[in-house]
Amino acid sequence: MSGLSEVSPAVSARQPRSTVASARFYSRSVSIGLATPLIAALLIGFVYPVTRLVALSFEGGSLDNYRRLVAEPLYLDVLASTVKVAFIVTIASLFLGFPVAYLMARLRHGVAMVVAACVFIPLWTSVLVRSYAWVVLLQRNGIVNALLADVGITDGPLKLIYTQGAVIVAMTHVLMPFMILPIYSTLRTLPPDYVRAARNLGAGAFRAFISITLPLSLPGVFAGSVLCFVLALGFYITPALVGGPGSMLMATLIGQQTTVLLDWPFAAALSTVLLAVTLIFVFLFRKTLSLSKGLHSVH
Amino acid sequence: MIGQYLSLIGLDKHFGSVSAVTSLSLEIGAGEFVSLVGPSGSGKTTALNMIAGFEGPSAGKIVIGGRDVTHVAPNRRGIGMVFQKYALFPHLTVHQNIAFPLRMRGRSNKTRIATRVEEMLELVQLSSYGERYPQQLSGGQQQRVALARALAFEPPVLLMDEPLGALDKKLREAMQFEIKRLQERLGATVVYVTHDQDEALTMSDRVAVMAGGELMQFGTPTELYRQPNSAFVADFIGRMNFIEGSCIENADGTAVVRLSDDTVLSIRSKGLRAVGPSAGETIKLAIRPERVRVAKRGEGGAGCLAAVVETCVFVGSVHIVLVRLESRPDVLLQIQLPADGGLPFHERDQVDLLLDDGAIHLFPETERHAA
Amino acid sequence: MSIDLARSPNRLSLVRDHYAAPAFHVFAKVFGMITLGGVIGCVLFFLLLPTLIVIPMSLSEMDYIEFPPSGLSLKWYRAYFSDPDWMTATWFSLKIALATTATATVIGTMAALAIVRGRLPFRSALQALALGPMIVPHIVLGVALYLVFSPLQLTGNFFGFLIAHTVLATPYVMITVTAALQRFDPSLELAALNCGANRLQAFVLVVLPNIAPGVAAGAVFAFLASFDEATVAFFISDIGGKSIGRKMFEDIDFNLTPVIAAVSTVLVAVSLMLMGAIHLANAQKRN
Repeated sequence: MSGLSEVSPAVSARQPRSTVASARFYSRSVSIGLATPLIAALLIGFVYPVTRLVALSFEGGSLDNYRRLVAEPLYLDVLASTVKVAFIVTIASLFLGFPVAYLMARLRHGVAMVVAACVFIPLWTSVLVRSYAWVVLLQRNGIVNALLADVGITDGPLKLIYTQGAVIVAMTHVLMPFMILPIYSTLRTLPPDYVRAARNLGAGAFRAFISITLPLSLPGVFAGSVLCFVLALGFYITPALVGGPGSMLMATLIGQQTTVLLDWPFAAALSTVLLAVTLIFVFLFRKTLSLSKGLHSVH
Repeated sequence: MIGQYLSLIGLDKHFGSVSAVTSLSLEIGAGEFVSLVGPSGSGKTTALNMIAGFEGPSAGKIVIGGRDVTHVAPNRRGIGMVFQKYALFPHLTVHQNIAFPLRMRGRSNKTRIATRVEEMLELVQLSSYGERYPQQLSGGQQQRVALARALAFEPPVLLMDEPLGALDKKLREAMQFEIKRLQERLGATVVYVTHDQDEALTMSDRVAVMAGGELMQFGTPTELYRQPNSAFVADFIGRMNFIEGSCIENADGTAVVRLSDDTVLSIRSKGLRAVGPSAGETIKLAIRPERVRVAKRGEGGAGCLAAVVETCVFVGSVHIVLVRLESRPDVLLQIQLPADGGLPFHERDQVDLLLDDGAIHLFPETERHAA
Repeated sequence: MSIDLARSPNRLSLVRDHYAAPAFHVFAKVFGMITLGGVIGCVLFFLLLPTLIVIPMSLSEMDYIEFPPSGLSLKWYRAYFSDPDWMTATWFSLKIALATTATATVIGTMAALAIVRGRLPFRSALQALALGPMIVPHIVLGVALYLVFSPLQLTGNFFGFLIAHTVLATPYVMITVTAALQRFDPSLELAALNCGANRLQAFVLVVLPNIAPGVAAGAVFAFLASFDEATVAFFISDIGGKSIGRKMFEDIDFNLTPVIAAVSTVLVAVSLMLMGAIHLANAQKRN
């Protein structure tokens, strides 16, 4: 299809207008007409505002905002810990999510639906609701502390909320579905014959998994990991509610600069850095990233 | 009769630098059943798509019943079409599928549309299936619905794109006769694309053999079978044996050729083309499997080819004998013998082959085969 | 646990292992499965619990959050439904979400058609750009939109939200509709043209009914993407116009009352109903 679509415009350009170039594709003018509302929406609500934001960070043509960012170790520490937290969340989601994805792909339809529901329900529940639940679970007189005290593991309540650990746990919970679904959709399309063939050739269940299933699931693993990591880099709601001053991330730092300190140019510079890190990462892994994988498996 | 004549005049189609169809000209008479056959990539489907209006030709003209439709949009051509996988609308019932072209062509009278749909359902023997959905029908039934939909508004030309490709062999053969019966009854002009030459020979009044975007030969099934104009057509239509050789002499309707095993044959045949090979030219001798007689060694008489039987098998109506020329073991020939009694020959039998003079074709060596 | 020898693909080695040390092997296998099952069970519990725990919490009788609640009551739902601030925010968000669903579904479906079926210059660039709002950190987009909207008085404004949420929701529609179009047999559209339908008729009468499940799924995702959106809403809300997400964020941050649990339960119920509806529609389509 792509071959034809690349070639056909050249053909139609050479011909009189009345000629039907190919009924398989909409004509160029119709196609552009169909895409125009999207292009307009993107220009107004996406491209222009982001450009303005980046421009603001270079206010007056100076690099002052960036000099300040580099000069102050705090800001670089925040950047480093953002990447670190995103990495830990990704790895945790991968190790916890893979077995779930594997089970979903292997189980009979009815049982798999139950497991799938456990993944989809949190995915389509507001991030606010889930962050709120973590606040309640982890707060000083919250459920987790109560449980720990009841069992007798702890004497007094631990400080769980407003820590980096809380941020990591809550973000893992929020982002794990984005890991599970791409892996699941890759595993589901693997014909079971490969594993059967390996078993038939004498491989044990474990060997067959390691040498067949795992390598073939890698596209899904990469897609899920990249998606998870990218989303974690810019996450705001969860760290803002569950994290504290000691666990500042880029997003919460930007939030603080805009809502408390009202230093918009500096917030713009921080945003530009966060945007750049995200885009560089997306660009590096653009081949493995598949946004559609997760949503496709809904059907 | 609903059919009208169809002319393709010098049709060209290229996609970028790739040429899909090159100067294709065909005159198809009203009510005629014409097949386009050829291997994949021969341009037959592109030609059909140009007639339907799905692809615009790069050059040339398409005329239906005197109306130039070259630049007419597909929905205004009024051509019926049966698609490869039927393309029945899955969200509409059988009745609604057949009514669709009638509605689109501005017949607003509901009772008249309903009557017409009933007529069509009766025609394809699916009267009680109107309220079903396409998915609830078997492949053969879907095929007939597609046919009814395409014929509902009595199109001047009906196009069929490998319509039987998805059916199994028995059903295919039954449908071939059914389609032919309907076409003759309605007097429809049909252009039928298939890669199956048997199907083309069975159903068509005339067959157009295409290869590499070009028309190789256009003729009745008998003409194509008995007088192929090229090694390609000879090979593509039916089975054909080829033996290389060279022409020693060609005069007065008699050609003398020396085959690759040094046998010299003198051929007086209708199969020689008007301008046959000239002396010294290397040639390919072609003969159909059923036009070779086989005799025990020494009983064949003069002008025989010495060969050894490779295998002899029974396939129902005939025996098939595979032989190798004794002096050229790389030349394998297939021979068909009427199957009466037990196996006439056995492995390693030494035999003489007698080629039927009247059925020999000579082609220049340079011509390519279908395979 | 029984091992069905006849159906096992690894019959020979199983037989051998079985004879060598049957007790150990069966034990190891069962143990392995229990461990794996336990791990997966814990993960599923971890996924589901924080989502569903808001339901019992919202039924609490007390004025502070306790779990398990000592008595059941609907007082927090009454509080939610009688609080004008919450109601204003809810209606505001609902209006925005419904309008966003309409715009994103139309824009996304048109764009998906252009991308899958059209001849479009810079097609892959447009596709990448259209998915950009899913990738770019929402806080960056929120700050950027605030900068542009603020001088135009579009903060706290229905149209400001509509623009922002349309950009955020359209990618979901594009993804589901693109997938539906790729599954759609293009010869059906050619058949419609051949039957005399023009492009528009072919789209309305043949293409649209067949991609409808994808469009519907996209619409539901678009609704939820707007209704549940909090980050961008956080920045483009103001005192005059606050989305339910911004209102929740403030309340979680400043006064953690069980009303939030009641609101959360309502949000979860809305999500579950919509997802269930998609699922049923798809299941019906398959049958």
